[in-house]
Amino acid sequence: MASLTLVQAINLALTQEMEADDRVVMLGEDIGKNGGVFRVTEGLQARFGADRVIDSPLAESGIIGTAIGMAMAGLRPVPEIQFEGFLGPAYDQIVNHAARYRTRSRGSVTIPITIRVPVGGGIHAPELHSDSPEAIYVHTPGIKVVMPSSPYDAKGLLISAIRDPDPVIFFEPKRIYRAFREEVPEDEYTIPIGKAKIVESGNDLTVISWGATVLQCVEALDKLPEDLSVELIDLRTCYPIDQDCLIESVNKTGRCVIVHEAPKTCGLGAEIATIIQEHCFLSLRAPVQRVCGFDTIMPYYKLELEYLPNADRIAESILACAAY
Amino acid sequence: MSAATAPTMPKMPSSETLKQAGRVGSSPTPSQLLPDATLIRWLRDMMLIREFELRTMAAYQQAKIGGFCHIYIGQEATVVGTFAAVNHDDPVVTAYRDHGHALARGMTPEACMAEMYGKLHGCAKGKGGSMHMFDRPNHLYGGHGIVGAQTALGAGLAFAARYDWEVLNKAPGAPVLDGSGHPADRPRTPAGKKVCLCYLGDGALNQGCFHESLNLAGLFGLPVIYVVENNGYSMGTSIERGTTMAHNLVLKAAGYGIEGIEIDGLDLLSLYDKFKPYADRCRENQRPGFVDLKTYRYQGHSMSDPQKYRTKEEVQKYQERDSIDRLAAVLMSPKGEPAVGGHLGRGCLSEEQFKDMQREIKEEVRLAVEFAEQSPSPEAAEELYTDVYANPQPGLSSIRDYHHGVRNSLL
Ligand SMILES: Cc1ncc(C[n+]2csc(CCOP(=O)(O)OP(=O)(O)O)c2C)c(N)n1
Ligand SMILES: [Mg+2]
Repeated sequence: MASLTLVQAINLALTQEMEADDRVVMLGEDIGKNGGVFRVTEGLQARFGADRVIDSPLAESGIIGTAIGMAMAGLRPVPEIQFEGFLGPAYDQIVNHAARYRTRSRGSVTIPITIRVPVGGGIHAPELHSDSPEAIYVHTPGIKVVMPSSPYDAKGLLISAIRDPDPVIFFEPKRIYRAFREEVPEDEYTIPIGKAKIVESGNDLTVISWGATVLQCVEALDKLPEDLSVELIDLRTCYPIDQDCLIESVNKTGRCVIVHEAPKTCGLGAEIATIIQEHCFLSLRAPVQRVCGFDTIMPYYKLELEYLPNADRIAESILACAAY
Repeated sequence: MSAATAPTMPKMPSSETLKQAGRVGSSPTPSQLLPDATLIRWLRDMMLIREFELRTMAAYQQAKIGGFCHIYIGQEATVVGTFAAVNHDDPVVTAYRDHGHALARGMTPEACMAEMYGKLHGCAKGKGGSMHMFDRPNHLYGGHGIVGAQTALGAGLAFAARYDWEVLNKAPGAPVLDGSGHPADRPRTPAGKKVCLCYLGDGALNQGCFHESLNLAGLFGLPVIYVVENNGYSMGTSIERGTTMAHNLVLKAAGYGIEGIEIDGLDLLSLYDKFKPYADRCRENQRPGFVDLKTYRYQGHSMSDPQKYRTKEEVQKYQERDSIDRLAAVLMSPKGEPAVGGHLGRGCLSEEQFKDMQREIKEEVRLAVEFAEQSPSPEAAEELYTDVYANPQPGLSSIRDYHHGVRNSLL
């Protein structure tokens, strides 16, 4: 057991999967010699060689398309995209190829790639380096979307993603890359894709979040009166959504607040709110609340903190929902 | 060397090399025909960019500038020399290493610095930041953060320019393409032949968009010159490691029917001498161009770059050929005497005048920083939703629903 940051936990998972399986290869811009823009792949090229940790040209469509071709032939590529904004040039390959080949080939071809992408705001980055596009990919059948909020989960989920026979987008919330440490077992372990985690149990109200925002939710819980018992759920996998966990919780509490960084309209919160009203209608005692980013371009850093849901906004919404 | 110290005179070439280079005793080059004042202004423009960038680095290190910051030091000659060869109303579009382009196009250092500070008086109200300098009045259509994506915009700007000249000019009452809508109250001044300058880094050569754009430009005959600011690196990847035919990039353009040229981007005068006739031809023939402009960045890729991929000696080798030093030396060398780079001295700048210029520029940039510091920060309630759509849209998630607890939909 070692106390690791998110970056270290991911690096460890990559190392162990590369050791365990020669089919695992990585490619991306500056991931080898330089260890990646966030140094997540530090040391891997030195250890596994330039044939397995490949410095690619600056070409996202090429990186993802090539990785898909490798995967079709049976390799297990783990490409890296430097920032979520640069998924743009690769979008065509992800949505029109990776997501569809299993269906298109009637199950004969499957695409076991894991696309690693730093995601979200909070590091004072410019525009195109701070977005939260998970809902776009959730809305793409054929792809799984994962977003851990802690080093322990990151390691277990990444190993699951690499071993998963289907394409997975593995979003890494960049603002918590080095924000805190957690005990992470040295041994390999997996956390199933599609399983949420109850971070805090409670009876009065359910808060649902994922990625770095889970931390703001934890902070918000500290601002609430002692006698308000809140259940905090970390979705961990954005798709497939762990519906059972959410439904069971809201049927118990009757109140629900969803928190995410992406813009509100058509964010994943909208889907979750719908699942809840479909399944928990008679248990609900208040309208489902959403605390989200705004329907605007993720602003440059001066207004970044105004945009991101913070503990105050979350606590306020929880109190309003509880008092309804 | 920074512009803060007086240049040392680089070694003189022998008169034999000069003759071979054809500079002495042959017909004058385009830059030789220009008045001294123009060359002094070019020097000043380069020095301003450098001083501006030095202050930018300082402000970034003090955490006054957020976002990422890509410093232009070392590449000043490329933008000053290429801009000098076109008209002010020729459209320009570039990548994110764009402070130099903004300043050389005429953006005030105040607006540029305030933009990086994320302040309201920045060129885009502090919304675009370092990587996205927009200055429509100066025909600068932005710095762009997605590597290579601006190459298609360059094709589009060139299309519009050619359309303006070829089609709209002939249509009575046609709209004016300046963003002002329709010309009812504004008579149309006939458009001339324009040429668009589209800058890109060497890394952008690897993007699909670049190849699509060159094909379009070649196919449609679009007057756009793709200026590759080839500084040898795309982040930590040297061009040889990331790009095929790195030693002969013009062949890439040839594949799209575009006749490209290679230019030494560290010597402003020879850059201009080669680029000016080339740009004139592209304008006249309304054809695309491609320039492999070999330059070098002295600083890291961005402000957080350990630079493990190159040696100090390599950086130093380029600094010894510094473009500001070289031009200053030519301007200071006795008139008509052989000077650095095979040029003839101009004898139009004294040590004193050079120092005065340095002092002025320092003060100008100091004031820009002061301006940026004092400029107000944007207010979320005012600015989060402004400028997203041309007209305010109903039904956007209301910021008031959450903001500062003013109103919650349940309260
Ligand atoms: C589509 C896309 N991919 C990756 C990046 C990250 N990135 C920013 S700059 C850069 C290197 C670009 O190098 P080059 O084009 O040579 O320009 P230079 O920095 O040398 O001016 C990379 C990989 C990006 N901004 N956009
Ligand atoms: Mg470059």
